[in-house]
Amino acid sequence: MAAGVAAWLPFARAAAIGWMPVANLPMPVAPTEKNKRQDELIILNVSGRRFQTWRNTLDRYPDTLLGSSEKEFFYNEETREYFFDRDPDVFRSILNFYRTGKLHYPRYECISAYDEELAFFGIIPEIISDCCYEEYKDRKRENAERLMDDNEDNKDCKLPNMTFRETMWRAFENPHTSTMALVFYYVTGFFIAVSVITNVVETVPCGATPNQKDMPCGERYTEAFFCMDTACVMIFTVEYLMRLFAAPSRYRFIRSVMSIIDVVAILPYYIGLVMTNNEDVSGAFVTLRVFRVFRIFKFSRHSQGLRILGYTLKSCASELGFLLFSLTMAIIIFATVMFYAEKGSTSSKFTSIPASFWYTIVTMTTLGYGDMVPKTIAGKIFGSICSLSGVLVIALPVPVIVSNFSRIYHQNQRADKRRAQKKARLARMRISKTGSSSAFLHSKRNGLLNESLELTVRTGKTMSLLESQHHHLLHCLEKTTVRSYQLKGPTVGVGTGIIKNHEFMDEQLYEQSYLETALQSYPSRSPSLSSQGLTGTCCSRRAKKSSQLPNASAATSGLQELSAINIQCGDPPLSTSRSSLNMRPDDPPRLNCQSGQITTAIISIPTPPATTPDGDGHTLPNPSVQNIVKVSAL
Amino acid sequence: MGALMVIFSVQPKQRRKRQDSVEDELELSAVRHRPEGLEQLEAQTRFSRKELQILYRGFKNECPSGVVNEDTFKDIYSQFFPQGDASTYAHFLFNAFDTDHNGSVSFEDFVMGLSILLRGSVQEKLNWAFNLYDINKDGYITKEEMLDIMKAIYDMMGKCTYPILKEETPRQHVEIFFQKMDKNKDGVVTIDEFIDCCQNDENIMRSMQLFENVI
Repeated sequence: MAAGVAAWLPFARAAAIGWMPVANLPMPVAPTEKNKRQDELIILNVSGRRFQTWRNTLDRYPDTLLGSSEKEFFYNEETREYFFDRDPDVFRSILNFYRTGKLHYPRYECISAYDEELAFFGIIPEIISDCCYEEYKDRKRENAERLMDDNEDNKDCKLPNMTFRETMWRAFENPHTSTMALVFYYVTGFFIAVSVITNVVETVPCGATPNQKDMPCGERYTEAFFCMDTACVMIFTVEYLMRLFAAPSRYRFIRSVMSIIDVVAILPYYIGLVMTNNEDVSGAFVTLRVFRVFRIFKFSRHSQGLRILGYTLKSCASELGFLLFSLTMAIIIFATVMFYAEKGSTSSKFTSIPASFWYTIVTMTTLGYGDMVPKTIAGKIFGSICSLSGVLVIALPVPVIVSNFSRIYHQNQRADKRRAQKKARLARMRISKTGSSSAFLHSKRNGLLNESLELTVRTGKTMSLLESQHHHLLHCLEKTTVRSYQLKGPTVGVGTGIIKNHEFMDEQLYEQSYLETALQSYPSRSPSLSSQGLTGTCCSRRAKKSSQLPNASAATSGLQELSAINIQCGDPPLSTSRSSLNMRPDDPPRLNCQSGQITTAIISIPTPPATTPDGDGHTLPNPSVQNIVKVSAL
Repeated sequence: MGALMVIFSVQPKQRRKRQDSVEDELELSAVRHRPEGLEQLEAQTRFSRKELQILYRGFKNECPSGVVNEDTFKDIYSQFFPQGDASTYAHFLFNAFDTDHNGSVSFEDFVMGLSILLRGSVQEKLNWAFNLYDINKDGYITKEEMLDIMKAIYDMMGKCTYPILKEETPRQHVEIFFQKMDKNKDGVVTIDEFIDCCQNDENIMRSMQLFENVI
């Protein structure tokens, strides 16, 4: 029921008294309203902006969030208001829906944001009122197209197992996929240009030789031109056959426009080969040469603008048809009028109505060659009317065609722009992703160091609760899968490279090399530099501690510790973006012995050094060793 | 030729424009009604101040201009009976509410009618019902008038009923009604007959109290 109508229900019920006297049966009992509340104002606090309305207003639509008891979830006891953490601007239209019964779509809102808000408040978009519904649907369709385009682009990436044929077809259709395809693309383009230029130059009169009159270059240098033609046609033939071979559906390929153009471009040559000796048909053969000009249409594979033009003309077929039809009508009318007007005058060129067609066309398109002009006064009057109306008739459908072309062209431009933007976007996402996973490892190390050394000194940067919870989660996952995260990258190798070659390391040297690695892996100074420094000191202190362990084997494990810490220190800069929470952690199964050795790090003393390099971190630390805390995520 | 086309197309537009402007003027002079003050209405009806406020808010929301004309009235009433056709009954109702017969129901008419229906005595309610049935307001309910009303009520039910609505059902119902009400069998029902009869009928008396607590 619509909004205001609910307010009229009492009236309808009261009016039912009109049925009572005619009723023969007793009426059912009326429902009583238990604890009937007086209508009260309720406050809706949407992100700080307070909206107030009667409770009854909201009750009009009981199957939405605000009209049902679902809003009780959002009730704030202290402030005695309903708090929604949503966009207050969109909420305005939603609340107006309750008040007036009409849902309007504000044009400046993003369509997906609006949709989300509607979904949140439990309102179906179909009830948007007529004034705004068309706009809403248009925007929604546009958005869907845009997303669909993105998906199509996604599908464009190379499938791992493609047959040679499929690779070829992809190379033909999309020259940017491989260098071979690009080369092929440019070569064919070049030859099309050469062929067209040859055809043109063939007819230009070359300089006259002393004994012969001026003749076209084609007749003068017959062999040269014939060779060029042959070369081009061979290239085109090869290209056509290759496309035919690679096409997924040969039948459909043969029927496509481009293939027909290809065939028409090369056919005259072969026909000419066949028919050279027959003199009678040579006239027809000359006509066939005209079709060689169709080679220029092969350029449409190379130019997107040309394709768009063709597509536009196809889509504006009705407008073009109307243009043609109205022009024909006008031509016939005016030609008739001019013929009869000029019939009287002597030596008039308007010999028949079809002869007047030429005059009409030339006049209506404002060409005005002047080979046919009216001489009588009536003819001149009608001639001027003809030219004026010609301008109008032609000007009418042209804007439609132009706008169509512009729309399609911009759509294509948008697709290209989006592809470029997407690359940048993906790159950014990748960076933040690695940042987040390294943040986890970094914090893990920080955490363990804190436990072991009871360090309360932290870097200036404290981890937010959210981040720590996230890291705890990843940690739990590591424990569950008996795996651990590792960073891939050159920093790992570098660290190990430096350390592994030294059994005992001078502490200072270690610190130095550590810092070096650390600095190497951070080309950009990030805000977490301080943390780097501290981890440096942490590590070094750790190294100090570990190097003080008495046993000989401690040295090896210490070595491992060192290597472990070192590798872990080779993290890229931290990024504490919230987006890190949305990133899925790197797959745990990316374990290899290297990782096992490195990240599980602090293996306590009793562990025999032989077994450790193979990444089995299943050894438990000796609880007696105090100051080495098991970091093992294994 | 294009010029001729253009010339021809301009002319009808001018004519249409003239017609539109007349309609526009009518719209501008449309009624904008403001009701009497709250105190006066409070005195004239049996509603409390708060109830009047609630009623007015609902009324004004649906009819921002302050008056209801018959089409809007029919629209609103039809929304409560989606299956059938409530327009005929709404027409009779409109006439019953439009006490001064000026073609529109203002808030005062609305609220006075409601006051009788919801807070009035049984006598007043029966009076009102009689007024509703008496289409030509001549003081008598004839069989034809009653048949119209009955058909209108049955129309509200729609076609899909159980048991199926037959042609003669309204007529039969009218017969029953007249048998009950028409004491002197003169073919018409007067107000006194009507009130007498209803007061003696338990069912009717009980159903009159049914909607006491609507507001």
